[in-house]
Amino acid sequence: MNLMQVLVTLGGVLTIGWVIWFFLLAKGESARAQADTSGIQEVRVSVKGGYSPDILVVQRGKPVRIHFYRDETAECSERVIFSDFGINQFLPAYQTTMVDFTPDRQGEFDFHCGMNMLRGKLIVE
Amino acid sequence: MPIDPICGMEVTAGEAVGRSTFRGEDYFFCSASCKEKFDRNHEDYVTPRGHVVAESTAEPTSQVVGKKSQRIDLPISGMSFASCALTIQRGIGSLEGVQKVSVNFASSQATVHYDPGHVSNLDMIKKVKEVGYGVGAAKARFKIGDMHCASCVHKIEKALKGLPGVLKAGVNLAAEEAQVEYFPSQVTLADMKRAVQSTGYTFREIEGAAEEDIEKQQRGREYLLLKRKLIAAFILAVLIFIGSMGHWVPGLKEIPRSWTHIILFLLTTPVLFWCGGQFLRGAWASFRHRSADMNTLIAVGTSSAYLYSGVVTFLPGVVAGAGQSPAVYFDTTAFIIALILLGRTLESRAKGRTSDAIRKLMGLRAKTARVIRNGQEMDIPVEEVLVDEVVVVRPGEKIPVDGVVTDGRSTVDESMVTGESLPAEKHPGDGVIGATINKTGSFKFRATKVGKDTLLAQIVRLVREAQGSKAPIQRLADVISGYFVPVVMAIAIATFMIWFDLGPQPAFTRALINFVAVLIIACPCALGLATPTAIMVGTGRGAENGILIKGGESLETAHKLTTIVFDKTGTLTKGEPEVTDVLPLNGFSGDELLKFAASAESASEHPLGEALVRRAREKGIELLEPKDFQALAGHGIEATLNGRKILVGNARLLRGNGVDIKDLEGYFATLSSQGKTPMFLAVDGVSAGVLAVADTLKPGSKGVVEQLHRMGLEVLMISGDNRRTAEAIGKQIGIGLVLAEVLPEDKASEVSKLQGEGKVVAMVGDGINDAPALAQADVGVAIGTGTDVAMEASDITLIKGDLRGVVTAIQLSKRTMQIIRQNLFWAFAYNTAGIPIAAGILYPFFSILLSPVIASAAMAASSVSVVTNSLRLRRFKPL
Repeated sequence: MNLMQVLVTLGGVLTIGWVIWFFLLAKGESARAQADTSGIQEVRVSVKGGYSPDILVVQRGKPVRIHFYRDETAECSERVIFSDFGINQFLPAYQTTMVDFTPDRQGEFDFHCGMNMLRGKLIVE
Repeated sequence: MPIDPICGMEVTAGEAVGRSTFRGEDYFFCSASCKEKFDRNHEDYVTPRGHVVAESTAEPTSQVVGKKSQRIDLPISGMSFASCALTIQRGIGSLEGVQKVSVNFASSQATVHYDPGHVSNLDMIKKVKEVGYGVGAAKARFKIGDMHCASCVHKIEKALKGLPGVLKAGVNLAAEEAQVEYFPSQVTLADMKRAVQSTGYTFREIEGAAEEDIEKQQRGREYLLLKRKLIAAFILAVLIFIGSMGHWVPGLKEIPRSWTHIILFLLTTPVLFWCGGQFLRGAWASFRHRSADMNTLIAVGTSSAYLYSGVVTFLPGVVAGAGQSPAVYFDTTAFIIALILLGRTLESRAKGRTSDAIRKLMGLRAKTARVIRNGQEMDIPVEEVLVDEVVVVRPGEKIPVDGVVTDGRSTVDESMVTGESLPAEKHPGDGVIGATINKTGSFKFRATKVGKDTLLAQIVRLVREAQGSKAPIQRLADVISGYFVPVVMAIAIATFMIWFDLGPQPAFTRALINFVAVLIIACPCALGLATPTAIMVGTGRGAENGILIKGGESLETAHKLTTIVFDKTGTLTKGEPEVTDVLPLNGFSGDELLKFAASAESASEHPLGEALVRRAREKGIELLEPKDFQALAGHGIEATLNGRKILVGNARLLRGNGVDIKDLEGYFATLSSQGKTPMFLAVDGVSAGVLAVADTLKPGSKGVVEQLHRMGLEVLMISGDNRRTAEAIGKQIGIGLVLAEVLPEDKASEVSKLQGEGKVVAMVGDGINDAPALAQADVGVAIGTGTDVAMEASDITLIKGDLRGVVTAIQLSKRTMQIIRQNLFWAFAYNTAGIPIAAGILYPFFSILLSPVIASAAMAASSVSVVTNSLRLRRFKPL
């Protein structure tokens, strides 16, 4: 094994480690929904190659309204799915789309794009 | 004219059945029971302010009556008795600031004079809701253009709220949308439009703005753009390919290689950055979220080939110095992008078709309705129709909302909603469904459900929810797709290392090419699309056939069923008795027998009697007026017709009256054993014959049971009837396994017993009485008739009462699951085989390497094929 090969191997192993760390061990950014005067818990989420914030904290039994602003045309994010609540919403590009529902049970629920590539979490307290 | 304070009927003093005096005032009643009710508790029906009067409140405005006094007319819904008016009147009257209230039962309106400083119309509405009624407000949504800031929001809200009849107005800046709750009798959308425009903003109506329409429009635009990029990418890719083969093309050979490289670089750049720009942008956006998707793979793959070739072009020394041959891979980059765009274009078109069913359903909605307001027919937008309003429908028109026919008759084509192909006859009292089409006659109907409560709106909502749900089979694919992209990237890097360290020369270029091939061939899209597209198309196709499937889970369980349990009454049978046998004797004719029996029974309210009367009417037999009618509980009835004494009832009744029934007893026993209810008839002490009445089978139920048997399913019948009747019906229909004499509350435990034997059970019932059993079963199938579908309680709802839907639902679920399995198998097999081949696993044995261009073609084909396979469900036809 020459020097070049050693360097490439070393670099490769490091890159694999970095890929795993960077993509799989990422921690999300969380936001707590704010209740407005009429008692609706509202939270804004921007959609561009992912959801920011991607951890939404809401309270059980109160109506939730999530404003999704889809800031791209990339097809991946065109639908947002909360399968536990039967929501499969189309998000038009460069527009805000509201998703309304009332979480009736506590727990952590995933939401994601149509192909489960972009993911977020809904925490119901 | 005085009004009966109990039931609200108008009664003149002369006609009144009863009269009571209370606090010096006279009250008149239509019936003894109303008077009784009133006498028992006057207080409930009379307030200190006086009793309920039908006053005319024609002008629907909120005009100022005096200083600090305003008037508002609230349309009230849900009042069924005049006494309701009182409850509401008292409720509103109890609010501070209310000066005068009168509630008009006939026009369903409350007129309130109030001090706006002390009480708002919202308080009153709250009060009305508190005492158990609704306020007939409509909701409207429209778009507002040219808003820039929060102060615009405030200005528009103020303008809208300032309109009389507007209850609530909320403007959302981000969505550029206003939501208004209002009384359509007092303010119209046109008024709101003027109010918005007067503040200097633009008003845009969202006409039937179904999200599916928006989706279609947007998809259309994207499709055009994709097509343009695709064509450009292909033309450039071909040019780049010719250029790369330059040393074989006469004429190009003379151009120095370094020049060719620069030209190729210039041609490839727009392909990567314009045609493939969306992949780069998407990858960058994901990267910032520390996530990776399809775009990441494509972007890394194409740009590494491009960057390496760029280095070769501009810094050939570096590459030569590292011992590499100076080859460029611009054609690889360009072709990968062109092929992936081709896949995307096809996929985009196919994906748009997966939600066709919903779009079709949404498109059914009527846009306008013709209602009668203040005695005049007027056309209004369908959103403004209120519950209890009278709607007029002419031949050929669409019925706008759900309701009950009050006047006129017609036939209605309901196929678009129920899947039933035969037009339905409508008479006064029959329900009509919004979005169905009136065929022959004109009629009026009273609206019972509007807006989001209509059957169509509920169907759309349920189908949408179903399409968003998941099938358990998807779980593994979900787990995998969550880790897929980073893992593929790791494999690609490992591939590069192995080829570089161990591969034959030229090691670097081979390592690079295989690295790109691995990234490009991996297709998580196929994995991600496999289940959802099939569920979308499957549930949509079900809805088109009048079958609502609650979600992926129900769909998946339905194909595993082993046992189908049918409720008897109302499911397998019509649920109402019919005359089945007429056996005359002693010189009487059949029609005579029916005439006597039906005439005698015409005064009774017994369902058996109703069956006789119905049959006589069907046969055009004129009935006689019975005299001295007497119902003898447990025996039958006695009546006199034209002076002849008629007895209809059981053996005890006839024997007790000294009638000889020896000749009839044989018939009686036979009919009983067939599960029918026989009745003897005697005229003037002589037996005249036997009539039998029974609940009859729905047409087609026998065929359904046969077909289920043929599909290898076990079929049971469950019934609360006695064993003999239940078994007789079971025999007729071909069900050997009959659970009889089961109390309604025990049906669920019978289902769970079957489940305990390891069976996967579907329970088919009417959804109202059988709710616990439907919930207990693995799949609860509710049979609906028109608007009364209990859709929430069941996993599968058959909108038309036709049992064939059970077979169709099972077949559809089998077909959908088959498609899902094919999709998943294909997606898994493709990725597990494709990635190692691209990495070069076959090279040591067969010297086979996969070019990245072939890899990109395979990738494009794989996701397109999955969606196309799912679309095959659109052609599903019930057998």
